[in-house]
Amino acid sequence: MPFKIAIASGKGGTGKTLLATNLADYISQGVDTLLVDLDVEEPNDFIFIEGTNVNSVDQVKMIPSWNERQCTLCGNCARTCKYNAVIQLGTFIAVFNELCHSCYACSELCPANALPMKAFKMGETRTFSKGRLTFIESRLEIGEEQAVPLIRKTIIMADEIFHSIPFQIYDCPPGTSCPVVAATRHADLVILVTEPTPFGLNDLKLAVETMQDLGKPVGVVINRDGIGNSEVEDFCTREQLPVLAKIPFDREIAQRYSKGELVYNEVTNVKNALRKIASFVEKHFNP
Amino acid sequence: MNEIVILSGKGGTGKTSITASLAVLAGNDAVIADCDVDAANMHLLLNPDFGTTIEFFSGELAVINQKQCTRCRKCEDACRFNAIGYADKKMQVIPIDCEGCGYCEIVCPTRAITMSERKSGNVFISNTKAGSKMVHARLDIGAENSGKLVARVKNEARSLAVAGNKAFVIIDGAPGIGCPVVSSLAGANYVLLVTEPTMSGLHDLKRICAVIRKFRIKAGCIINKWDLNEKKTTEIKQFLQNEQIEQLTDIPYDIRFTNAMTKGKTIVEVPSPYRQILHRIWNEIKSQLPK
Amino acid sequence: MKIAFTSSGTSWTSLIDPRFGRTEFIVLYDEEKQLISAIDNSHVKNVAHGAGSATAQIVFELNPSVLITGNGPGETASTALKHHHMRIFVDAHDMTLKQAYEQYKNGKLKEV
Repeated sequence: MPFKIAIASGKGGTGKTLLATNLADYISQGVDTLLVDLDVEEPNDFIFIEGTNVNSVDQVKMIPSWNERQCTLCGNCARTCKYNAVIQLGTFIAVFNELCHSCYACSELCPANALPMKAFKMGETRTFSKGRLTFIESRLEIGEEQAVPLIRKTIIMADEIFHSIPFQIYDCPPGTSCPVVAATRHADLVILVTEPTPFGLNDLKLAVETMQDLGKPVGVVINRDGIGNSEVEDFCTREQLPVLAKIPFDREIAQRYSKGELVYNEVTNVKNALRKIASFVEKHFNP
Repeated sequence: MNEIVILSGKGGTGKTSITASLAVLAGNDAVIADCDVDAANMHLLLNPDFGTTIEFFSGELAVINQKQCTRCRKCEDACRFNAIGYADKKMQVIPIDCEGCGYCEIVCPTRAITMSERKSGNVFISNTKAGSKMVHARLDIGAENSGKLVARVKNEARSLAVAGNKAFVIIDGAPGIGCPVVSSLAGANYVLLVTEPTMSGLHDLKRICAVIRKFRIKAGCIINKWDLNEKKTTEIKQFLQNEQIEQLTDIPYDIRFTNAMTKGKTIVEVPSPYRQILHRIWNEIKSQLPK
Repeated sequence: MKIAFTSSGTSWTSLIDPRFGRTEFIVLYDEEKQLISAIDNSHVKNVAHGAGSATAQIVFELNPSVLITGNGPGETASTALKHHHMRIFVDAHDMTLKQAYEQYKNGKLKEV
């Protein structure tokens, strides 16, 4: 059974990718590790992980496709669809792909079998290899608006192909709505990355509420420690949320990050933080 | 009446801080809309009074009438989202997984399932410290962020602007390129991009620009924290030039932004050169809008 | 012939609305009767999704032979409307309905 950590945050830009990529690289020095970039709208992990691209696969969504010849124009499909993705305009059935949720109802209920489901590309998943680190990235096609189906597909793919990799890190999108829920559902531990500012605190509270609703164990990492104030830490103490590590604000981290570099080998504070996270995981979860 | 949306692609570039600053500069000429409904932050800088709260309903949820259910499992077979299953001796809906498609309701032989309207958040209409009205929202935990709540916020803001004869709607957009972003773009006259000189920042900027191009909306860009990486800043400027996006200004990394935020203020409310700079930018943006 | 325009207002001097799904108004001109009428599309303009779908339905019901617009409907809506032999003309940006009509008559607009 692999041990899965999801790295999330309420607020964007707190350092999820910084932590996910550095932690994954660090852990993979000692044990087989899987890193999955689930921020499918804006996947950035690839910038920091220089691995060999071993595989690329198109990810598809199933959308009904109108077969004019079979269609009796009964209009059942248009009446069934809750999303206005299928409409009847006279003798034409129009399917609006971007509105479709792939529920299959119109297709399976069509009395004439005139709406078979067909595959449409919604994104791409690439697999990379770097030493003992396997890295998967999923990328949503421009114009595709729904992140959740691709996030789900990626998690299923990781389960099917890489279930034997013992230590797994999932870099999640920012926020607390359905993409984040989809990305963190299956995790054993959720690490919330925040910054010690009013924005950071506001969004951390939302994220904590979401994770508690999902019944997920939570650990907090405070990034850019030193700017702002102590309210985030006070909040964690009050709520009895373990602060796994604090990474002090350091211009060097920002500069290296801006160049697409991993930082833990050059910045001791980051390495210390990773060590603390690793020992927390070992102590509490014994994976 | 003109609509200005502020976007970034990547989170954490300073979008909300800049938007709030423009809101303060615009004063009562504008109605403000916080369309980052998933992690709304503008309220921390504009001191809204949360005067009006409106419940927001979006999508539907399957509800099972246990008395009529015969546990035939036809609903479970039909559901593509694994949202309905047998547990504790009865059929149960997992709300967080239910997408409201209604397939189960159709196939149920005893009509034991009904689709009911789902509350997914709250919309707030407030007065801000800038003397303007602000529309903002809070999405319920795990709720579908399909863009509907964003559209609702924007439309309320638009109505208020029309009713109050305001010249502008200033919209704080969401990160990413998905539905909430697309929803905030619809109807906009101008997009202000706020980016940072990092590889991630440029990567995400390119993706959001590809989305904006489809809408054919005029755009301008602020490069925030430019001094973190001068090389990247130059690269971004080249990209902007190729895209015919106006380079508005570069702002250096400045702890004063965070210090101001910690006190609940925007940068234009504290001593700094940015009041003048952002005032110039606001005038520049206004000059780019259709009359 | 009936000609439909995506419009920002309700008269010949209104500017063409470049958008399809979120157009402010749909103006219909009946060439035979020389009558002009306008449909307010603002409720569609405000939906988060499916504006193209909703506006396509409205245009379909009006049953014009020609649609004149700016950016044009998306692929799905275009296909649906053309299936019913509607001719769609685009690129009527920054002009009044009257100017757009003249351009169409002179064969100056691009047909989809």
